[in-house]
Amino acid sequence: MSLNGWLQIALFIALILLLAKPMGSYMTRVFDRRRTWLDPILVPCERLLYRLTGVDPDQEMRWTQYAMAMLVFSAATLVLTYVIERIQQVLPLNPQHLAAVAPDLAFNTAVSFTTNTNWQSYTPETTMSYLTQMLGLATHNFWSAAVGIALAIAFIRGIARREMKTLGNFWVDLTRATLWVLLPICIVFAVTLTSQGVIQNFHPYTTAKLVQPQTITTTGADGKTTTTTVTTQTIAQGPVASQEAIKMLGTNGGGFFNTNSAHPFENPTPLSNFLQMLAIFLIPAGLTVTLGTMVGSPKHGWAVLAAMTILWFCGVFVCYRAEAQPNPLMHNVDQHASLTQSGGNMEGKEVRFGIANSALFATVTTDASCGAVNAMHDSFTPLGGLVPLTNIMLGEIVFGGVGAGLYGMLVFVVISVFIAGLMVGRTPEYLGKKIEAYDVQMSMLYLLIFPLIILGFAAIAVLMPNLGLSALTNHGPHGLSEVLYAYASATGNNGSAFAGLSANTHWYNYSLGFAMFFGRFMMAIPMLAIAGNLAGKKIVPETAGTFPVTTPLFTVLLTSVIVIVGALTFFPALSLGPILEHLLLHAGHTF
Amino acid sequence: MKKTLITATLYTLITAVILGIGYPLLITGIDHVLFPKQASGELITHNGEVIGSHLIGQTFTGDTYFNSRPSAAGTGYDASSSSGSNYGSTSKVLIDRVQASVTTDQNGSAPVPVDLVTASGSGLDPDISPAAAYYQVPRVAHARHLSESTLTHLIDDHTTQRQFGLLGEPRVNVLDLNLALDNLSTH
Repeated sequence: MSLNGWLQIALFIALILLLAKPMGSYMTRVFDRRRTWLDPILVPCERLLYRLTGVDPDQEMRWTQYAMAMLVFSAATLVLTYVIERIQQVLPLNPQHLAAVAPDLAFNTAVSFTTNTNWQSYTPETTMSYLTQMLGLATHNFWSAAVGIALAIAFIRGIARREMKTLGNFWVDLTRATLWVLLPICIVFAVTLTSQGVIQNFHPYTTAKLVQPQTITTTGADGKTTTTTVTTQTIAQGPVASQEAIKMLGTNGGGFFNTNSAHPFENPTPLSNFLQMLAIFLIPAGLTVTLGTMVGSPKHGWAVLAAMTILWFCGVFVCYRAEAQPNPLMHNVDQHASLTQSGGNMEGKEVRFGIANSALFATVTTDASCGAVNAMHDSFTPLGGLVPLTNIMLGEIVFGGVGAGLYGMLVFVVISVFIAGLMVGRTPEYLGKKIEAYDVQMSMLYLLIFPLIILGFAAIAVLMPNLGLSALTNHGPHGLSEVLYAYASATGNNGSAFAGLSANTHWYNYSLGFAMFFGRFMMAIPMLAIAGNLAGKKIVPETAGTFPVTTPLFTVLLTSVIVIVGALTFFPALSLGPILEHLLLHAGHTF
Repeated sequence: MKKTLITATLYTLITAVILGIGYPLLITGIDHVLFPKQASGELITHNGEVIGSHLIGQTFTGDTYFNSRPSAAGTGYDASSSSGSNYGSTSKVLIDRVQASVTTDQNGSAPVPVDLVTASGSGLDPDISPAAAYYQVPRVAHARHLSESTLTHLIDDHTTQRQFGLLGEPRVNVLDLNLALDNLSTH
C-alpha cells in the first residue's frame, strides 16, 4: 500500500460526499415536480411524450398499480431486446456481418440488461452488432436505471406520506429520472470520456500492420504443432463512449468490449477511470440526501450515508491490502511497490491503474450493483476477491445500485428499528410510522429470497459435474468461488464475474437468467408492498421512548445488522471458497 | 391492463429511438467535431499504412525490442478478442507460466518486475511499468549496440507520469517506445 494510493482513495470519497448534497437536492426537486433550470427544454419534451403514450401525469398509483406498470414496461423492453438480437443479421450497422444471437444467449442477455444486471455470457466483439449494442443494450442501461430510481422514489414516498393509498405515478418518475437525471449527465460525461480516448465511431474493425510480426506455435487436439505467422492486428471499433457513460452512471456495468473497463478503448487513462468510479456512486449517494429531504429528516439521510461509507471503507481497506501483497508462490519476481512500479498482484490488472485503482474500482463496482470491472476479479488474491463477493452478498446496499441499493438499505433499516424495538420491548417506529407484523414479514421475505436463490442454484451447479463444474477455469476452492460469484452476481443484479467460468452454456444461460429475473422482481415487489403499507399509516408523535434514526448509535446498529445478517447467511459458503483458498495459498498449494 | 400494455409498448418504442439512436448519434456528432482523433482510436500511420493504436498494445518479443506483458487475448494482443487469463492465485497453470517467463526474461540475479511476467486484465495493456522498462535496458542495449544511458534517456522521455501528479501509476507505452527505438537505430 502506498501513500499515493490512499490519497487517490481519499480524494474519491471526499468528492462523493461533497457531490451527494447538490445531487440529492436536485433529485428531490425533480421528483417533487418543482422547477429546475432544465425545465424550459425538458418540460415540452415531457408533455409530448405523455401525449404520445397516453399517460395522465396527474394520476396517482397504488403500490399494486405501480408494480404492474413497472412489470409490463420491463417485459416490453425485454421483448424488444430479444427480437433485435435474434434478427441483427438483417438490420443495419453490422459492419462485421455478425450472425443472429443464439436463443439461450439472447434470452440471458435480454434478462440481464432488463434487470440492470448486465451479466455478459457473450463476447461483445464477436457477437453483438453496433445496432444491437446501441438500440438493444444501451437503451436498457437507461431504462433499468430509471426504473431503479423510480422504485426508490416510490419507497421514499411510502415513508414520507401519511394516510394515503398511493405512491406516485410510475411513468412520470421513469420519465423524470431519464430526462432530468440520466440523459443530461451522460451527454457531458460521454464527451469528456472521448477527450481521454474512449472511441465513438461506426467504422468497421481496423486492420493494423504489426511492427514486429509474430510466429505463433500452437498444439492442436491431435498433438500436432502448427506454426503460423501473424502480421496484422484487428482492432475492434464502435460507438463506445455513449454507452460507457450510461453504463457507469446507471450502475449497469455491461461492457462494450469483453474486458469491460479494463479495455483501453473503454477506459484509457487514470482520469477516465476516476470519473467512471465517481459516476457509479454519484446517484446512489445523492439518493440518501433525497431520502433525508423527502421524509423531512435530513439527518436520517446522513446517518444512512455514514453507514454506507463505513462499510465501503472496510471493503477498500481489505481489498487494497490483500492485492498489494506478493504472491508467495512466485519466485524471482519483484512484487514490491516502489517509485517505478506498483508491485503486488498484477495478474489481470492494467499498469496504468496499478493496485490502488484496481482495488478501489472492484470495491466500488460491487458496493453498488454496477459490475463494470477494470481488472479481472477472478485473478485477485483470495482475500482481495472475497471483498467484491461479500459486497454482493450483503445485497449491494453500500451506496448500492441506482435506486435498488437505497431500497435494499431501507429494508435493513426496517429490520434494524425492529431489532431496536425488541430490545426495549415496545412496538418499533420508523420516522413516526409503526413497524408492524406485515412490514417485518415483507422485509424478511426480501432478505430470505436473496440467499435462497444464490445458494440454491450454486448447490445444484456444483452437484452436477457436466453442467456446473465443466465450465470452471480454476480448480480447488477457487472453483467454488467462481460458481458462488456467478449466482451472487446474477441474483444481486451486479453483473461482474469471476470470468474464468465459461458461462455461455445452456445450463448457465438459463439458470443465471432466472436468478437475475427473481433477484430483481421478487425483491422489488415485497419492497413496494412495504412502501404501500407504510404510506397508509398515521404518524405517531415522537416520545422519549422513540428510537432516533439520526444518531451515530443508529449508524452503528444499522452497520452491525447488515454485517451480522450477511455473515450468518453466507459465512459457511465463503469459508469453503475464498477463506480456505487463502489458507492453502499460504501453505503453498496449487490446483 | 390493456391500457398499461399499450402505454408500455409505445413508451418503449419512442424512448428506444431517443436513447438508442438519437443519443449515440448526438455524441458521435459532438465527438467528431471536438475530438476526431480520439473518437477513431488514436491510430498510428506509417507510410500511409495503419500500424497500430497508441492505446492498444502489441506483442514484442526477443532481444531487439522492449518486450510487452504476456497477453491472454487470442494468440496475444488480439484486439478483436480482449481477455484476461482469469487464473487465480493458486492456479498451477498461472504459477508455471509465470516461472517460465521468469526463466526467459531474467538477466543476472535481479528479480523480474511483476508486470513483465503477468498478463493484464484486457490482454491489450499498452504499457509496462518504468521498472519493467529499465529492467530490459542491458539486453536491448547489447542486441542493438547502443549505450545503456541512451536507452535510459529514451525510457525517461517516454514515461507518462501520474495524471495531475496524482491519479494512476507511472507507465511507459511499449509501442511508442519501440517505434522511437527503431528511429534511433536507423538514424
